[in-house]
Amino acid sequence: MKRIAESLDNLGRSVLSGVEQMGGMLILLISALSWMLRPPLKLRNIIKQMEFVGVKSTFVVVLTGVFTGMVLALQSYHGFRLFSAESLVGSTVALSMTRELGPVLTSLMVTARAGSAMAAELGTMRVTEQIDALYVMAANPIKYLVVPRIAASVLMVPILTAISDFLGILGGYFVGVILLDINEGIFLDNIYKYVELEDIYNGLIKAAFFGLLLSVIGCYKGFNTRGGAEGVGMATTEAVVIASVSILVADYFLTAIMF
Amino acid sequence: MIRIVDLHKSFRSQKVLDGVNLEIEDGKTTVIIGRSGGGKSVLLKHIIGLLKPDSGQILVDDMDIVKLDDRELNEVRKKFGMLFQEGALFDSMNVAENVGFSLREHTKMKEDEIRAVVAEKLRAVGLAGIEEKMPSELSGGMRKRVALARAIAINPQIVLFDEPTTGLDPIMLEAINQLIIDTQRNFGLTCIVISHDVESIFKIGHKIAMLYEGKIIEYGTPEEIRRSTNPVLQQFLTGSIEGPIQVL
Repeated sequence: MKRIAESLDNLGRSVLSGVEQMGGMLILLISALSWMLRPPLKLRNIIKQMEFVGVKSTFVVVLTGVFTGMVLALQSYHGFRLFSAESLVGSTVALSMTRELGPVLTSLMVTARAGSAMAAELGTMRVTEQIDALYVMAANPIKYLVVPRIAASVLMVPILTAISDFLGILGGYFVGVILLDINEGIFLDNIYKYVELEDIYNGLIKAAFFGLLLSVIGCYKGFNTRGGAEGVGMATTEAVVIASVSILVADYFLTAIMF
Repeated sequence: MIRIVDLHKSFRSQKVLDGVNLEIEDGKTTVIIGRSGGGKSVLLKHIIGLLKPDSGQILVDDMDIVKLDDRELNEVRKKFGMLFQEGALFDSMNVAENVGFSLREHTKMKEDEIRAVVAEKLRAVGLAGIEEKMPSELSGGMRKRVALARAIAINPQIVLFDEPTTGLDPIMLEAINQLIIDTQRNFGLTCIVISHDVESIFKIGHKIAMLYEGKIIEYGTPEEIRRSTNPVLQQFLTGSIEGPIQVL
């Protein structure tokens, strides 16, 4: 009986903690949005973050995009060959990349690279009192630290996704047309035929939403870090795990609404 | 003048401040002493509005900062500078950017004017010519001096020091003490220093207050504090493990 009570107690605490964290993230987001509208915009900080989140993530996103497109072409070729539908490889790769794999894999890569860095950087600033120093110098840390990271992520993740989509399709073309000898005309024609513009921009909207998710979670975790190095480590790990899971969960619901 | 009236603060069930009353005189250095973990830093963070009390007032020039919203509080904060325990320099910025931060944020000064003020403040703390260095390239003592230059860059009226000499060698400790005395005198500042270094407090303090079990139990000039017969204060000053303060 006692064990059941303890389990229920722990479950209750976990649920409460989860709700508290979601509330905290929402408050952080609302606060960031309100600061975003108040001039002066810290453009220099936003551009610096755009470089960090976007430009510096390009290499890893390029690699992920190209190889995902390639493996997708390879797998779908073997599957479609069973019923002589190899011509559908191009459209399958293009639809998968633009609708799903482009936005999701790019966001996961950015989470691993930039989301973790946001949590670690803000967490270190918290435990070394640099965030308090900003308050003391009458500079709001949300405007100074959080707004540029959220703005940069919402802007750059869709751009990275567009790169990933394009290179994924190019990777698929390389495997399908050049290595597996699918007819180039049929490969490209099926892409034009089946991929709608809507597929591309809905994928980019998803990417912007994932950028928002990963940056709010990374900033919230960093901003609320407690303790020393251990606290920073925990905040970083939690930010990556929560952001990755949230992206995958949100992906289902966004897909259900959009397509 | 800063007046703290009946300040209470608890973290969960732990009472940290239990009715603190204290008046900080203008243009003087007040040192707040007390045991580690005794609530000194918490008190300092209340004075600058980083923490909100459960009850009580903090009057800065007769304005209760507890009741202010963020924007009003930011206006009050412009009167303050603060030196954090480890300096809290922004490690993504070099020394010049750190020291000039408030000037860029809150004044319309041109870049060459900011550069001149930064150079002047760095000279005042004995660190001329290190503008381009990053915080990671500085020693502990240098970081604290740069942090002091940053704290006084905007010419505040009040400067708060959170354990400015902790972790320094005896020579650097003496240098920082002298710097606090000189800065206070030269700029006519009101300084509030948190410390538990007994030698330092008598050197730099015009007034000394002892915080114990969430209350100010003694307040006076260094001479009055030396002469006090309060057993808690005497045990703290002599560093004895025997006495009313439970050590182990």
